[in-house]
Amino acid sequence: MGAPLLEVENLKVHFETEDGLVKAVDGISYTVDRGQTLGIVGESGSGKSVSSLTVMGLTRSRNARISGTVRFNGKDLLGASEEDMRSIRGNDIAMIFQDPLSSLHPFYKVGAQIAEGVRAHRDVSKAQAWDRAVEMLSLVGIPEPRKRADAYPHEFSGGMRQRAMIAMALANDPKLLIADEPTTALDVTVQAQILELIERLQSEFDTAVVVITHDLGVVAEMADEISVMYAGRIVEKADTDTIFAAPEHPYTWGLLSSIPRLDASRDEELVPIPGRPPSLINLPGGCSFHPRCPYVREAHKKVDPKLEPVAGNPGHQSACLLDSSVRRKLWSELRTGVKPDEARADVMAAEEKAV
Amino acid sequence: MSIAASETSGSAPVAGEKIMEVDGLFKHFPIHAGFFRRQVGAVKAVDGISFDVMRGETLGLVGESGCGKSTTARLLLRLMAPTDGSIKFEGQEIADAKGPELKALRREMQMIFQDPYSSLNPRKTVGSIISDPFVIHGMHKEGGARKKAVQELMDIVGLNPEHYNRYPHEFSGGQRQRIGVARALALKPKVIVADEPVSALDVSIQAQVLNLLRDLQRDLGLTLIFIAHDLSVVRHMCDRVAVMYLGRIVELATSDQLYSHPRMPYTGALMSAVPVADPRLAAAKKRQVLTGDVPSPTNPPPGCRFHTRCWKAQEICRNEDPPLEPKDGGNLATCHFPLTDAEVLERVPTARNVES
Repeated sequence: MGAPLLEVENLKVHFETEDGLVKAVDGISYTVDRGQTLGIVGESGSGKSVSSLTVMGLTRSRNARISGTVRFNGKDLLGASEEDMRSIRGNDIAMIFQDPLSSLHPFYKVGAQIAEGVRAHRDVSKAQAWDRAVEMLSLVGIPEPRKRADAYPHEFSGGMRQRAMIAMALANDPKLLIADEPTTALDVTVQAQILELIERLQSEFDTAVVVITHDLGVVAEMADEISVMYAGRIVEKADTDTIFAAPEHPYTWGLLSSIPRLDASRDEELVPIPGRPPSLINLPGGCSFHPRCPYVREAHKKVDPKLEPVAGNPGHQSACLLDSSVRRKLWSELRTGVKPDEARADVMAAEEKAV
Repeated sequence: MSIAASETSGSAPVAGEKIMEVDGLFKHFPIHAGFFRRQVGAVKAVDGISFDVMRGETLGLVGESGCGKSTTARLLLRLMAPTDGSIKFEGQEIADAKGPELKALRREMQMIFQDPYSSLNPRKTVGSIISDPFVIHGMHKEGGARKKAVQELMDIVGLNPEHYNRYPHEFSGGQRQRIGVARALALKPKVIVADEPVSALDVSIQAQVLNLLRDLQRDLGLTLIFIAHDLSVVRHMCDRVAVMYLGRIVELATSDQLYSHPRMPYTGALMSAVPVADPRLAAAKKRQVLTGDVPSPTNPPPGCRFHTRCWKAQEICRNEDPPLEPKDGGNLATCHFPLTDAEVLERVPTARNVES
């Protein structure tokens, strides 16, 4: 298969602001292969959107400090000229944004907006570009595409707008599709349509997909591999089954036990993660999750954990200072519904005694 | 827990007292056009719904956007006047209440809004936001009493009472939603309507607010009407759930029954569309994707309103409007061809879980 399609290595995106340096993304690495789907999960402000905008070259402002490498198809994207980026953006790499209403121009017809993207990258006539727009609209399942291409965004429903966005993103057969919260603004029924559509198009064109979301359900259905981000870093990374069956980071546990699940008993208690995400200007020392972590030790407030492979599964990485055996014991208690405090008492008291 | 919550089974007469009765409720918004602004049609936002709300229960309203769930909530609170129909609160007709009668009613029913950012006045301190209901209703007039009452409320919802003089922008989203909850609780209402109370919040914060609402409901014996589009949240919170489609209730059942044995194909499709945070279940289920969009509420399709998107629709569905009646398992549903258990099992992950 050769080199991966997208390689992100030690990417850092810092912004200088009046209040101080915002470390929006602080050293993340991931790769995406052709036809693969990577899910990036995290709360708002965890840096998940900034990292993907940087891949698209959309964070190049004067106050941005970007370091690390982003290679697409072997080509360095961070150093690429603005002109090169323009030829890649919307052509080889396309993006679906969260809010379809504010991402479509209200004054231009939907067909014209799709055709514009085609004309920007292909040497085709206006009529050919328009035909391509109509073809794309029919591909994403918009009824009477020729008629609808002639409509304005406000004449579309939310789901149709999002489908138009997808049509626009896919018009040039991109090799990589970045979907930033593609279904957050939509009803579940429309969400199912959109997810089905992305999956179908992916299998047809072998597109690589990066899906960014806070919805664990969406990544469970779509992603092959998942990276969990917290405060600008990836704190856990594994294939989808492992993340849900045997997660090894307290933050991932917190996320999993704070959502009500359709497949659990209705009486289950939700266990929220205490506190709130830290400010990216003034990160807590040591492990940045420590102020919210129920299993924190004094030492964790000083040592910065690295993303390291978990024993027994080289594809599974976690940035946690707890011992792997302790983590497994904790998770096996948590998944049976034990509260974090009790789990801590059960597992860690014994361990503390041993130390 | 109330009696109503533990004994309901959809159709069977429910033990426990009805706190609200809704009968044949309509809300049509007129559409005017032309030079003389004549009425040319109406958006039938709520089009003939009837249901009861039991004291102490949590009733969920779900459905796609535009199905009329928020309008229903606003009608229940009498934030708008219905076009037709009756709403009874504790046996008293409130559909046409006005003036002082309406104001008195406000003390019994309160609302928690969706967006904690736009539902709090940025120029007012938290203390004055929460004490506004006292001012309006002339309660706790003597000197320190109001402040004391507000601080008690802040304590109940898990805010630091010392933050009495802070402004909304100094709080995070979850905390702001707690302010909204405190304001709703101020008058000790009997019914609280929560319209998408957590959809603007981050996942880890959502759980905090949901737990708060659940605890308050249990401790204070509140009746909660809970509107959300996230079906897993609704299942977690609600004792009974009403599914709405195009201004009608198409299915009404206890939460357990609805999520394990939906009868209406629309409910089945909703359940099937919910992404499950479990890759194995997700892979095993057959996703039932509804095609097309919700038809316009200005001109709803004849017969069963769902027939244009229903995979089981037949001739009769296009002509005859099915009534809301009990089906297998006790669900009330409007359907000529309700889902069989086998069909449910194939599509709905929760059903699988209950069976095993």
